[in-house]
Amino acid sequence: MRFSPEHEMFRQSIRKFVERELNPHVDEWEEAGAWPGHAVLKQMGALGFLGLTYPEEYGGQGLDFWYTVIFCEELAKTNCAGAPMGITVHTDMCTPALAQHGSHELKRQFLEPSLRGEYVGCIAVTEPDAGSDVASIRTRARPDGDDWVITGRKLFITNGAQADWACVLARTSDEPGAHGMSLIIVPTTSPGFSVSRTLRKLGNHSSDTAELIFDNVRVPKANTIGEEGMGFILQMRQFQRERLVGAILSYSSMEKVVRETIAYTQQRRAFGAALIEQQAIHFRLAELLTEIEALRALCYDATERFVAGEDITRLASMAKLKGGRLSREVTDSCLQYYGGMGYMEETPIARAYRDARLLSIGGGADEVMLGIIARQEGMLPQKTRPRQG
Amino acid sequence: MNIVVCMKETPSITAVKRFTADMRLERRKEDAEINPFDEYALEEGLRQREKHGGEVIALCMGPVTATENIRKALAIGADRGVLVTDPALEGSDAIGTARALAAALQKLGFDLALFGSAAADSYGGVVPAAVAEVLGQPLLSFASKLEIADGRAKIERAAETGYQVAEAAIPALVSVIQTINVPRYPSMKGIMQSKKKPIDTFSLADLGVDATLVGVAGAREKATGSSPVDTQRKGELFSGNDGAADRIVAFLVEQKVL
Repeated sequence: MRFSPEHEMFRQSIRKFVERELNPHVDEWEEAGAWPGHAVLKQMGALGFLGLTYPEEYGGQGLDFWYTVIFCEELAKTNCAGAPMGITVHTDMCTPALAQHGSHELKRQFLEPSLRGEYVGCIAVTEPDAGSDVASIRTRARPDGDDWVITGRKLFITNGAQADWACVLARTSDEPGAHGMSLIIVPTTSPGFSVSRTLRKLGNHSSDTAELIFDNVRVPKANTIGEEGMGFILQMRQFQRERLVGAILSYSSMEKVVRETIAYTQQRRAFGAALIEQQAIHFRLAELLTEIEALRALCYDATERFVAGEDITRLASMAKLKGGRLSREVTDSCLQYYGGMGYMEETPIARAYRDARLLSIGGGADEVMLGIIARQEGMLPQKTRPRQG
Repeated sequence: MNIVVCMKETPSITAVKRFTADMRLERRKEDAEINPFDEYALEEGLRQREKHGGEVIALCMGPVTATENIRKALAIGADRGVLVTDPALEGSDAIGTARALAAALQKLGFDLALFGSAAADSYGGVVPAAVAEVLGQPLLSFASKLEIADGRAKIERAAETGYQVAEAAIPALVSVIQTINVPRYPSMKGIMQSKKKPIDTFSLADLGVDATLVGVAGAREKATGSSPVDTQRKGELFSGNDGAADRIVAFLVEQKVL
């Protein structure tokens, strides 16, 4: 059995949390352009929701990744994608490398309060001139005694405007390409750190997205996660989890969208019958549910392997690719069946349509996923291999 | 303080309700949840334990599968569970249920027995009173606030223009309403601990209850029919200038709106 009674109990607990603590506030957060990270994470931290798979020694729960699957499936039932994204950036995108490779001291200082929900974290990889092409980042950490002095800019950073610390990927040597980078934890109270602007986006309005400036920001070298120079590899590993989480969030929110559309078209009448009775519509919705289930199965397979300690680069990339593309299809078709109502801001599908566009871009674009899959499959000759990203 | 929270397993409010041939609600395991009204009783029990110490027991009468929902109460924070289950209890009415619960309460011993104000499936709302009657102990009903001090339980009961205050010596039974507190969520820690907490099972024989007084055999009440609420929307159109306003007023008066 994949899910034990404890798993199911956890599902009900997080489901209730979403219904009672998140959904009633979503409209307000969407309007405000941010979710209140500290308030929400504090509540979730007290319930032990933030460090499901992380060591108990640092306030985590030491559970298997199936709990994270449930966490994401239920979080995706929030009436927006922004807040769940902010939450999962904190729980599964900026913390995995720290939890796995950070020093004891570093985990005490940053992981522990983050799992209690006192700190909000963010992951700072993308730059104005380097997004999916991670190997070309330019932010530099210059050694100075026992410190790093960091200079550079990071763009499109989720939680960036309210984070207490950032997991920053920076160049720590002159080696070109993927070598010579390190992951460094930077407290946002450090002198020289600033948020230059919060960004207005097409969707995910309830999530704050920022540009971060590092102007000679000094942090101890001890803030480096794992070994110096290992940053790119650690981030690539961290990406696996980010991509799998993104895919899980996507199929679950897609399922919600389709089910809402079914309910709407059962009720909405046109040409003398319920809309759902149009074969074009019920065939299409049946087809989409089938694809959603196929994606869920792919994610469950990836999870099984992830739990067994296998490398899931290939499957996580496939899942995120499919998740991004299918999200666009599902929301587009469903919005269509809502007709004029679907174009109205007051109808949830309008928001879902906007929010769905991100997954094909963030966390490595579709094209990067295709490159990784092709490389993993050994399709290309050695020298023209695209860079991993 | 020994606190026993009586809880019922009910089908979730959103589940489709079906009836058996003898007009009993068909209970499906997958739809079963803790009666939402009882969540407030459980929360109140936990809060009283936090103030006064002692133990919270989740007591449930139901089928063997109700163990899962007792486990949920343990995840939320109860210390141990007790399931009263027996084939002869099937089809019990409120009085039969009260006999079984009263016997269990007596066996367990308690300072405070807490109840939700009603069950979401039947809305009878008489079980707490019937249990109090069987036990010969006081019931403070529909509490919106509960305080235990100096061996007495004191409640506030919301009334139309204010609230009433009532009190009784403990051991006492108290039924609570939804404004009394905000139930907590099961925490991850609570969920993981719940599987290690004990759940005892009592049969009618364990409780010394005569099987002919409970279940279908002892039921004084019998459901004879049910029908869905007619949700068909009906419209009535008043048009034209000629007397339409009068007809609308007459309609509103008839509907007791005016």
